[in-house]
Amino acid sequence: MKMNLLCLILLFLMLLSSVWAVMTRTLLKAAIGLALASAVLTVLMFLLGAPMAAVFELSVCAGLITVVFVSTISLTKPISEKAEEEREREHLKFSWILPLILLAIGLALKFVPFAFDFNLPPAALNNDFRSVLWNTRLLDILGQITIILAGVFGVIILFKEKKENER
Amino acid sequence: MSANIPAFFWQFVIFVILLFVTGVYCIMVTRNFIRVLIGLEILTKAVTLLIVLAGFATGHTALAQAYAVTLIVIEVVVIAVAAGIVIGVFRVNNSLDVTKLRNLKG
Repeated sequence: MKMNLLCLILLFLMLLSSVWAVMTRTLLKAAIGLALASAVLTVLMFLLGAPMAAVFELSVCAGLITVVFVSTISLTKPISEKAEEEREREHLKFSWILPLILLAIGLALKFVPFAFDFNLPPAALNNDFRSVLWNTRLLDILGQITIILAGVFGVIILFKEKKENER
Repeated sequence: MSANIPAFFWQFVIFVILLFVTGVYCIMVTRNFIRVLIGLEILTKAVTLLIVLAGFATGHTALAQAYAVTLIVIEVVVIAVAAGIVIGVFRVNNSLDVTKLRNLKG
């Protein structure tokens, strides 16, 4: 019961920080809101019995991605901050609709009888994260390595082209 | 095997749906490139939570963690490359407005 209440509070916190990230006018605050949502998600993942994924989420999503966002924001600084804020204000003119939409959908879903009778697979015998990751899902590791290499080459090409253009 | 889902599972699912709606709203409403990425990030957070939740409900926590880690790695690479593209677009157009990306318009 206690865990249930704690999870509910954390879910509310995560939703609130995500909504704040969407509704706030300055991009830096949005990035901070996103990092906060990641941090709350980390605690939720830990409570749901996924500590390794939670550590990944904390270090990568709350840390690295926030750094990437902040550096992108600082590298794409507009000519005048006031003009940027003015433009954002114009674009987010209807952002107050979002809480109303969420409230409506949340209330509607409250009355939906979620009782799908689907068959659950039996609980795994081997529930060790390391052995599942390195033995059962070995192909995923290869995929991850490929994606990381693709990302690295992508970023190299993006910045290489820029240097040639500047010359 | 009959369904034996914990009662709080559906509360989590409602919040996952609400997070997903928030992300979709962010992507649809804004014209700022960085805000589109923020919306994408919120979408992936909702999916990560759903994967971990499904693992907890079915007892396959290790498998769910493996999937979550894979998703996080993909998310980071996508955001890193997209951030590079955003910087490139800003240097060319001097703007982050997605509606001004009309260089390839025929």
